[in-house]
Amino acid sequence: MQITVRLQPEDFDVAAEQAALTRGRTDIGAVVTFTGICRGAESGEPIAALTLEHYPGMAEAEIARHVEEAKSRWPLLGVTVIHRYGRIAPGENIMMVATASSHREAAFAAADFLMDYLKTKAPFWKQVESKSGKAWVEAKGADDQAAARWNKPPGSEAAE
Amino acid sequence: MKLVYFAWVRERVGKAEEELAPPASVRTVADLMRWLSEQGEEYAHAFEQSKSIRAAIDKNHVRPDAAIAGAREIAFFPPMTGG
Repeated sequence: MQITVRLQPEDFDVAAEQAALTRGRTDIGAVVTFTGICRGAESGEPIAALTLEHYPGMAEAEIARHVEEAKSRWPLLGVTVIHRYGRIAPGENIMMVATASSHREAAFAAADFLMDYLKTKAPFWKQVESKSGKAWVEAKGADDQAAARWNKPPGSEAAE
Repeated sequence: MKLVYFAWVRERVGKAEEELAPPASVRTVADLMRWLSEQGEEYAHAFEQSKSIRAAIDKNHVRPDAAIAGAREIAFFPPMTGG
């Protein structure tokens, strides 16, 4: 089980990260990657940049805790989570999750689960910079609902 | 104990962290928010929407009724918006 969790101000290369996850392995049959990218507009208003603030120490610990939880729910062979902090321009990567397994179901489900939990539990805060100034992004109720659907007993997702 | 603040809580309080010694009657995270909001205008402003402020004790998420006894570091922040 190869686990990589990194927080960094600099950008990253999704293809290189995926290659690193599967290099030299023949047991992996599926990799799902999700990449969060900075949009050029929020609510119709063009933005100059996003600034991500995080809680050093806790952010790493929360991500690691949820990777462990994903490992206990699905037969994963590797997980990579990279999350940037600092100033991010439109079009740049914000974060990525990659999950590897022998079959696609576990890889898809684990990536979905990790994203829902990172959105609502990992201590990061986005601030939008635009012509009208700087504003903190408000948390969406829809993200909490998305995370709550994983509170069902393990295994019950399989029926969906 | 060390208090740390993030995002708009940090901006309203006007500092990222500080050492404070609340009185013994302050037992829970909710008590601490109430006590802090009495420590000046900036704190009153930061904690006026206390229901939308989340807390962590020693880097673990906690609910408002969590006891603060023994805590080394207590963090206050808005709901998270990463990902």
